[in-house]
Amino acid sequence: MRSNVRYRSLLERAAAAPHMVWSILFIVAPLFFVLYFAITDAEGHITLNNLASLTDYSNIFLLSVSFALIATIICLLIGYPLAYFMSRTGKTTRRVLLLLLMLPMWISLLIRTYSLMALLDNGGLLNSLLVSLGFGRIRIIGTGGAVILGMIYDFLPYMVLPIYTVLTKLDPRYIEAAADLGCNSLQVLGKVIIPLSLPGVISGITMVFVPSISTFYISQKLGGGAFDLIGDTIERQFQHPSTYHTGAAISLVMMILIIISVAIMNRFSDSNSGGFVV
Amino acid sequence: MEKPVLIRLKGISKSFDGETVLDNIDLDIHDEEFITLLGPSGCGKTTTLRIIGGFETPDSGDVFFEGKRINDLPPYRRQVNTVFQRYALFPHLNVFENIAFGLRIKKLSEKEIRTRVKEMLELVNLRGFEKRHVSTLSGGQQQRVAIARALVNNPKVLLLDEPLAALDLKLRKDMQNELKNIQKKTHITFIYVTHDQEEALTMSDTVVVMAEGRIQQIGSPVDIYNEPVNAFSADFIGESNIIDGVMLEDYKAKFSGKVFDCLDFGFEKNEPVDIVIRPEDVDVVPVERGMLVGKVVNVTFKGVHYEVIVDVDDYKWMIQTTDYVAPEATIGIYIEPDAIHVMKKSKYSSLIGDYSSYSEELERLSDVDEIREEPAEERYAE
Repeated sequence: MRSNVRYRSLLERAAAAPHMVWSILFIVAPLFFVLYFAITDAEGHITLNNLASLTDYSNIFLLSVSFALIATIICLLIGYPLAYFMSRTGKTTRRVLLLLLMLPMWISLLIRTYSLMALLDNGGLLNSLLVSLGFGRIRIIGTGGAVILGMIYDFLPYMVLPIYTVLTKLDPRYIEAAADLGCNSLQVLGKVIIPLSLPGVISGITMVFVPSISTFYISQKLGGGAFDLIGDTIERQFQHPSTYHTGAAISLVMMILIIISVAIMNRFSDSNSGGFVV
Repeated sequence: MEKPVLIRLKGISKSFDGETVLDNIDLDIHDEEFITLLGPSGCGKTTTLRIIGGFETPDSGDVFFEGKRINDLPPYRRQVNTVFQRYALFPHLNVFENIAFGLRIKKLSEKEIRTRVKEMLELVNLRGFEKRHVSTLSGGQQQRVAIARALVNNPKVLLLDEPLAALDLKLRKDMQNELKNIQKKTHITFIYVTHDQEEALTMSDTVVVMAEGRIQQIGSPVDIYNEPVNAFSADFIGESNIIDGVMLEDYKAKFSGKVFDCLDFGFEKNEPVDIVIRPEDVDVVPVERGMLVGKVVNVTFKGVHYEVIVDVDDYKWMIQTTDYVAPEATIGIYIEPDAIHVMKKSKYSSLIGDYSSYSEELERLSDVDEIREEPAEERYAE
């Protein structure tokens, strides 16, 4: 018995080996580099100046967080009802909606963002349409709204899918039990369905918020260069070896911020749903 | 004194995907009654319960509650609460909040909620479990929470859908007694669904035997056991020897090639009938005194009695006796007139054979199947 267990665990370890090597080379080691660059100066001396200088970037942090937050909230407001509808509707409608949702994900993020640009540009499809209908042009590209729109457009599926998965797995007996105990359909939603789908909501929020806060491409293309987000700043720092250290410091702080917010959210979902595992 | 009718089902039919699940059901349920819907899986008992609970609407027929038609009343407006088959306790709430759920919906004061939940926890013997998470409870404890969660709302009627099916035997027996006590204490009408005939006989005031979407028999446990109306009822409830016979005239039945005195009358002359004889009503006697003679095929020790399978003219009888008989022995069988019960032929007559293929293991296996299949077949057959 004993040797059998050992044998199995050896085999399991062997199976995990390729991924371990991969992780060490491409995830753990780079993280150490980030940490190293963040706390050293150009001569390789340990310093906290890089981190201290980040106060200059506090506005950028603030802007990035608010853009990402707004995008996440709107994604949730659109995504939850959509996921709920999809989980209730008939098989065919469900399949079509799911396909429509997944389809954009098969196309590269860059291309999607470009196509959105083409749609919203001053000479783009939308404005041409408005002009031909006799309305004036509206400037969309280069506004904050366009950046947020881009985030929503690119990341909405990541909100819908985890919520949808949880909702379809929800045992209909809970809904019946709630109705049995006196809940009308609105109360069933508020007292049972939403609390029980919270784990899906949390992963949805994480999966939208994290890429939104770190994006640089969307803000550059759709913001017309008017908005400097953290992602843009980091990218710029890493274009010159002299500013590697600042870039690494910003990355480090952002990573810590994300870890903290994810931890808080997981905590929140744990205390609310107990042992409920997705 | 008979209590007034609380729920009346009138001509209820229901089919799922063209398959008839309930076929013209008529049933009166009286106030403060413990009534059990008993039958094999697919007999429509759970669907009947779900129609009363408001989770299904009948295709035709009416449901009356205290004389008012409630076909279209949604579940949340019915004075009925349900204990679900696998409890369906809310996993995001602790024991207290699960039980308080219905009271919070009614927006009762915090103080009253506290008092009533506490009362309920006492009633189901779960004092001190308030803060426990439902996933940390044993099956029996979850069961109690489910009962408390339903009862705390003071329903007129409690619906119980195979509530003990997932518990082990010992616990099931304890819970049977406890449920019966709770029912007596609270004076609430219990409508209980089960496929376990022993459970039905133990707990109920009234048993409704169902098969193939129809009610076969309604009666007290004693009536159902002693006077089954057809071969299905006789076979499903307890063990029965069901033998083809002919009613020669009143009080004279012929089966196994012999004429027997019996207490039954009112049949046509020479009408073919089913004869039911319970295994415990058959006496083993020496061959010369036997009304019938047979050869012992199998003997199983059961603790209280022996279960003996006897071959009489190629029909295998089951006899329960406290006296040991040797396998392969030839024995006499003696049957008192009041042990013979004569029933009209029904469509079930030909379906039910003798005890030649009887095996306890098979019996148990089919029980397990039933528990597993029920939800898939009956509950969510949309």
